[in-house]
Amino acid sequence: MPLRAWLARSALQPGAPGLRALEVSREEWRQVAHDLAAAGGQLVALWASGNDHGTPCVRAFFLTERHGLLLSFTLTDNRERPYPGLEDLFPSAARMQRAVADLTGLRSTAEDTRPWLRHGAWSPGYRPLIDGAPPPRSAEPRTDSYEFVRVEGEGVHEIPVGPVHAGIIEPGHFRFSIVGEKVLKLEQRLGYAHKGIEHRFTGLPILEGHRLAARVSGDSAVAFSWAYSQALEGMSGVQIPVRAAWLRALCLELERIANHLGDLGALGNDAGFAFGLAQFSRLKEHLLRATQAALGARYLMGAIMPGGTRMDLSAAGAQQLATCVQELAIEALTLRSIYDEHEGVRDRFTGAGTVAPELALRLGLTGLAGRASGQAFDLRVDLPCEPYAHLAPVKCGRTEGDVAARVAVRFDELQESCRLVQCILDRLPTGPHLAPVRVPTADAIGAGLIEGWRGPVFVALEAAPAGAIRRCHPHDPSWQNWPVLEHAIIGNIVPDFPLINKSFNLSYSGHDL
Amino acid sequence: MLKTLRHIALIGIATEPPPKADDSLRIRDGLQDRIRGVLGRALCIRHVDAGSCNGCELEIHALNNPLYNLEGLGIRFVASPRHADLLLVTGPVSKHMEIALLRTYEATPDPKLVVALGDCGCTGGIFGESYASCGRVSNIIPVDVAVPGCPPSPTRILEGILAALSCPPAKTADGAPARTNDSLPPTG
Repeated sequence: MPLRAWLARSALQPGAPGLRALEVSREEWRQVAHDLAAAGGQLVALWASGNDHGTPCVRAFFLTERHGLLLSFTLTDNRERPYPGLEDLFPSAARMQRAVADLTGLRSTAEDTRPWLRHGAWSPGYRPLIDGAPPPRSAEPRTDSYEFVRVEGEGVHEIPVGPVHAGIIEPGHFRFSIVGEKVLKLEQRLGYAHKGIEHRFTGLPILEGHRLAARVSGDSAVAFSWAYSQALEGMSGVQIPVRAAWLRALCLELERIANHLGDLGALGNDAGFAFGLAQFSRLKEHLLRATQAALGARYLMGAIMPGGTRMDLSAAGAQQLATCVQELAIEALTLRSIYDEHEGVRDRFTGAGTVAPELALRLGLTGLAGRASGQAFDLRVDLPCEPYAHLAPVKCGRTEGDVAARVAVRFDELQESCRLVQCILDRLPTGPHLAPVRVPTADAIGAGLIEGWRGPVFVALEAAPAGAIRRCHPHDPSWQNWPVLEHAIIGNIVPDFPLINKSFNLSYSGHDL
Repeated sequence: MLKTLRHIALIGIATEPPPKADDSLRIRDGLQDRIRGVLGRALCIRHVDAGSCNGCELEIHALNNPLYNLEGLGIRFVASPRHADLLLVTGPVSKHMEIALLRTYEATPDPKLVVALGDCGCTGGIFGESYASCGRVSNIIPVDVAVPGCPPSPTRILEGILAALSCPPAKTADGAPARTNDSLPPTG
């Protein structure tokens, strides 16, 4: 059955524009996924939820060139029977399915049954998103063992790294199998930052959930709080004021610029060019201060709320931001030419951590890293929400797929986002910046989808009676890109790992939830 | 190379004067005299993310930018707890990081200081305590200074770090610190 036949059967999905929803049977679940894969679609997220009667439901969200499709099937039969896994069609499904088993007890048919997000904090019998009270806390924290895949042969040895790393970064464990300096295999173990975010959502009023969404991954606070608000506004049938949409886009582009400036500096530093870190971190500080003066905070954790934005922008604040962004765009061009002409930097960037476009397509590499490997997809262009259709953003991309390509995409996007900020500040519509939002009816489902600086950020939200949250699943693009990093490092030398890792700059918190 | 040098000369020195220590952030006294005796102002910090959302990390990074220029004050981040005088801990402590945090604390030589950073480090923040979260840092290790904020600005972080190093306030007759911060929890 071709994809358009499934889409014809689907219904409109409230939330982000261009989304469809389709309920299928257990048999159809894999057929639809198969047809989506054949049509070049990509898996965004896979999660499980349940209704008040305890009937579990497995859901997945896919993107095709022109649509987003929320696919659901309800396990009406024996819930002990594994649901059909999608890991052969979409490799990124493998870890998501393991996380579903850890959090809800629902198992897929996949061969790898190792836990993923669950370490020693709770026993396999406890299902955090299904069972009520948590198990009694043991006096001593529990350690656990994890079966890493062993590489054997003459001269092979392992380097374990983490969860506490040498730099100022989030916790995670990397197991390198190496010969000499060369990496044969990297296996990641994540879940250290798991702090029960999805469980915490169910204790919040639905009109307050954006506050937690902004803290799923702090560097993507605007993207997550916007996606959450978009889902909720879709469920409540609220049209946000035009000015609010433009202010949100301003916040999102400022977040993108700040993160790209931080990464470009850190990447120079990891290539042994401390000048880059000093200059880019100075530019970033200027931007954060201008953001604070204009919007009230250096990091916009509280800027976006259901119905619009918390704060408005004054003419003076707009002028200050415009000047700052204009100056930094010019200086970034100078710094780019310095990076480009620096032989040492070029030598470290070029050819390191390469992900060829074919591999990127097969593994589902997404967002910024995907665009550096020929995966030319950007929600702001391909599935735009307000106000992006009016801004005509330009998609940036490369096909080399190495560190140099990911640096180049950041430089290009930095300039483009600076242009978008100027454009927004020039043409910012007048009017209110916040509209009232009603509590959605129970059982309503909304989906938000925003192109964060790292890639597509997705939030699925389900309402319970009396303004409560039944289920909220936030999805960071790091889920797709972490497994690809394991491939990117193969054949590179261990000392290049920090550089390659930084060029992806994936979120631990956004993944571990 | 010429372009790089020209840019450095053009920008000049961007560093600003540092803030003063904010003693109200200190929730535990006792070690400062000993540590100041050994270190003067040279301080080595080991950062531990015990489960944060990564927002605090963004502002810790900012401390190293030329405007705050932390190293110019003799304070630097080190790669191992064995080299550290102070642990800068962020996040609600996730259950999965509990052991790693305890081991990092044990690996840090005495006398040592601990600064808990951000609303989550101070109180558990929006994540609180749950099947997966131990809540505030002081639930797991003793904390000397707690810096609230979501995320706290680099200036606030620096005020907190300097408070950890500055002299404790005068003691009252019964030996208790003269100033306490009632809004913050006692240390564990």
